[in-house]
Amino acid sequence: MSNLSLVITATAGCAAAIAGGSLPPKARVLAAVALTWVASAGALVGAVTVLHTGRPLVLSSSRILPLTGTTLVLEPLGAVFVVVTAVVAVAASLYWLGYASHGLSTRTASATLPVFVTSMLLVPASGSVATFLWLWEMMALSSLVLVLVDQREREEARSAAGWYAVMTHVGAAAILFALVMISAHAGGQTFAAIRAHAGHLPGAVRNVAFVLALVGFSSKAGAVPFHVWLPKAHPEAPSPVSALMSGAMVNLGIYGIVLVGDELLGGGPVWWWLTVLALGVVSALFGALQAATSTDLKRLLAYSTADNMGLVLIAVGASGLFASTGHPVIAAIALVSALLLVVNHAAFKGSLFLSAGSVQVATGTRDLDRLGGLMRSMPVTGAVFVVGGLAIAALPPLNGFVGEWLLFQSLLHGLPTSSTAVAVAVPVGVGALALTGGLTAAAFVKAIGVGFLGRPRSEGAATAHEVPHTMQFGAGLLAAACVVLGVGPTVVVPALDRAAVEVVPGAPAHSVLASADVRLSGLQGMLDPALLAAGLAVAIVAVLGFRRLAQCRFRPRLPVRSIEPWGCGRELQTARMQYTATSFAEPLQQVFDDVLRPDRDLNVSHLAESRYYTEKIAYRTSIGDVIEHDVYRPVIRGVHLWGHLGRGLQNGSVHRYLAYGLVALVVIMLVMV
Amino acid sequence: MNGAAGTVAAVVVAGGQIAAVAIGAPLLVGVMRTVRCRVEGRVGPPVGQPLRDLRKLFTKQRMRPDQSSWVFGAAPVVLVATAAVVAAIAPLATARPPLGQTADFFAIVFVLLLGSVFLALAALDTGTPFGGMGSSRAMTIGALAEPALLVAILAMAIPARTSNLPALVRIGLSHPQLIASPERILALVSFFVVILAETGRLPVDNPSTHLELTMIHEAMVLEYAGPDLALVTLGESMRLALLLGLLVNLVAPWGIAERPGAAAFVVGLGALALKVGVAGTAIAVFEVFTAKLRLFRLPELLAGGFVLAVAAAVTALVVR
Repeated sequence: MSNLSLVITATAGCAAAIAGGSLPPKARVLAAVALTWVASAGALVGAVTVLHTGRPLVLSSSRILPLTGTTLVLEPLGAVFVVVTAVVAVAASLYWLGYASHGLSTRTASATLPVFVTSMLLVPASGSVATFLWLWEMMALSSLVLVLVDQREREEARSAAGWYAVMTHVGAAAILFALVMISAHAGGQTFAAIRAHAGHLPGAVRNVAFVLALVGFSSKAGAVPFHVWLPKAHPEAPSPVSALMSGAMVNLGIYGIVLVGDELLGGGPVWWWLTVLALGVVSALFGALQAATSTDLKRLLAYSTADNMGLVLIAVGASGLFASTGHPVIAAIALVSALLLVVNHAAFKGSLFLSAGSVQVATGTRDLDRLGGLMRSMPVTGAVFVVGGLAIAALPPLNGFVGEWLLFQSLLHGLPTSSTAVAVAVPVGVGALALTGGLTAAAFVKAIGVGFLGRPRSEGAATAHEVPHTMQFGAGLLAAACVVLGVGPTVVVPALDRAAVEVVPGAPAHSVLASADVRLSGLQGMLDPALLAAGLAVAIVAVLGFRRLAQCRFRPRLPVRSIEPWGCGRELQTARMQYTATSFAEPLQQVFDDVLRPDRDLNVSHLAESRYYTEKIAYRTSIGDVIEHDVYRPVIRGVHLWGHLGRGLQNGSVHRYLAYGLVALVVIMLVMV
Repeated sequence: MNGAAGTVAAVVVAGGQIAAVAIGAPLLVGVMRTVRCRVEGRVGPPVGQPLRDLRKLFTKQRMRPDQSSWVFGAAPVVLVATAAVVAAIAPLATARPPLGQTADFFAIVFVLLLGSVFLALAALDTGTPFGGMGSSRAMTIGALAEPALLVAILAMAIPARTSNLPALVRIGLSHPQLIASPERILALVSFFVVILAETGRLPVDNPSTHLELTMIHEAMVLEYAGPDLALVTLGESMRLALLLGLLVNLVAPWGIAERPGAAAFVVGLGALALKVGVAGTAIAVFEVFTAKLRLFRLPELLAGGFVLAVAAAVTALVVR
């Protein structure tokens, strides 16, 4: 019966795409959103059933894809990702209702967005290599179209889409090779068949397949050094699409790594997981550092996605590491923390991207150096952004904290059981993790403080108005999820525990116990987020009451006086005197100068009469992406050069082409003989 | 002990610890100032002066910069509330505080961080160059101090197999040799460096500076006046007292109440006051002979703390 839910998802998704492509403008957005909700609701029901009962949903048809057929198998691990995608999709499509008047009501957008959502909902439910690759490609192509929606207005969108297309397809090719290689050796293309034969695969095949899959999936997850498309495509895509890409799509890269590494290949040697761990540490650190120094609001969020996916990779790597050294309980705890980090990231990053989109709509810019003072003109959007920002900085009582706490606990309990080499490497990794946390806090204090507080730095920011209600609700829904997951992580932890325990071979029935508080099974470690939140609430009320009581000698109570802030004796304070995002990040930029290598330019022009008087000083600084500059640019130059050389083969002379034909024929003959 | 009586006892213990920190913290600041003055050959204000200042400030009219938002008024409240929550659940006077099970070291650090983040946001909310300057510098130092802090906690938690703070204190009581172990010593030195950075003491920040361009913490709170300034001052001194209280209980847990009971709790409070007083005096004397480091020399100090913490963690893992 519940198999029907996946059918509903697929049917509603197709219907939404058709409706979005054919109806008149107003109706097409409404119809597409409504049908996207139906699709999400269907998937949500199916996934929750799977997580509740622990029995997979199976649905197969030999008629939809020729030769291979379609197999959908929704297991607890995939169900977690389906739930995350469905919730983000509901919020983002609600937001889209209000946002549509800003460029998303076109026929292309209305038809493609449901396809994108539906393919993301079905990727974690696919049960065979062919189905998986087919849905994966559909997801990649539909998101590519959505990145290009604004290309007429913005030149940058085209170049961003180019980067995205190349990265996602190189990744897809790697995944294709990996999965085809595994299924060829396993003698079947359904995941069940592969799992049955995983133990008999030759070691070399397993290693090559895992490395290829890791490269492919981490390019989707945006892990450094495959992250280059993130800071380009996320900012250029319309905001609901950015929220979906960052809140739901990148997660599927993580799903892929767990699927291939743990499920299909059934775990592997220590070096696999140390590689994943190292990839995670590098991504987390690099992403956080770039986020801390970015001045473009959405670019900052995009880099922070690389940072968060790095944290998830650290957890996944730790989980594999502990599983391969024979500690299934700790491995399961680490995997629960990875899944919790994914769920949390979807909630806060979704709300942050949606509210960043509201800022862009209201002010016309996403440059932090031109924002400011939005908390007064856009109180709801501001509050949503504050909640998301505090959550991502892992501050209690919001959700980011619980995930990071669980990750620390798994590392703490897992470390003493591992070898000496690991014992030396991992504390440095924990340090990197902590630095990441500090940098993330700095990045979001900057984003909130410069973007929403203080005085407006531009005309657009000064005249901003709150966005339509649907946009506020869409973003607010995910912010509410941040609060709920922060105060009561126990709503989701049992489900995540079920998924993780199923993936890790040899794990007991439970790894993380969650009734009212969260505690580790059989180990000393406990957290009671609800109690912490209640304590904070009581303390805040008590302090407010105390502040009020202390003033009771004033009758009637004096109002709060509004004063001109201190300006060293100057009366006039202007918005230009405030710190900007650039100046806020300057100390960090200076400390990490060698890693960031900012591009600085100082021009001093002198008066014509005398060199001792300066006419004006121009200072320009920008921070690019070191990896893009040092790794990708040389490759692109090499490809250009290769293409240039290739051009020399063609000169239009028929004689030369005849000669080519002759040479080719001779070579073929030689080879054949 | 169960049911209503247990709840009452828990509330009394939590309230006692909060009251002790809230009243003791300004006195600690007073003691530190007096010690500093005496070492420098001055008389200095009486020890109770910070408390009197607070009393005066609390009764004044509230003020806020024009163009600021709710964040400006909320930050001092959050700062004090986070410190109060930590004071209620941390092992300060008793090694078995109420709700001590949830007093995880990481949780406490992140609750305190919530207060710092709100203060940094409020500084940007004032819309003045000084607020932004202080906020930017404080967040930079906070980010750089975090690796040392968390790895130091990891190093202390590995031998105990838990990061629960009361358990870490109790293990020092039951296994005193653990306190003198190399990993604990290295980790505590690193923790001390972090405390100096997080509470804005010399050589990281000069708490008595009045020159805008060298200020970090003072620049952030420049716009606060009256009751809000009182809360900020109180919150900051509570954080100093809390962190020193945790440090001394990890270094020398003796005197802390090990079992429930009024007498043991009072002895615990006395021991806490004595130990924190000694630590505060030591810091005050140290500050007389120390100059403030340049802002861009600070990463070296904090990286040093981080190296010590990593050494501690590796020692804890390898030497078993």
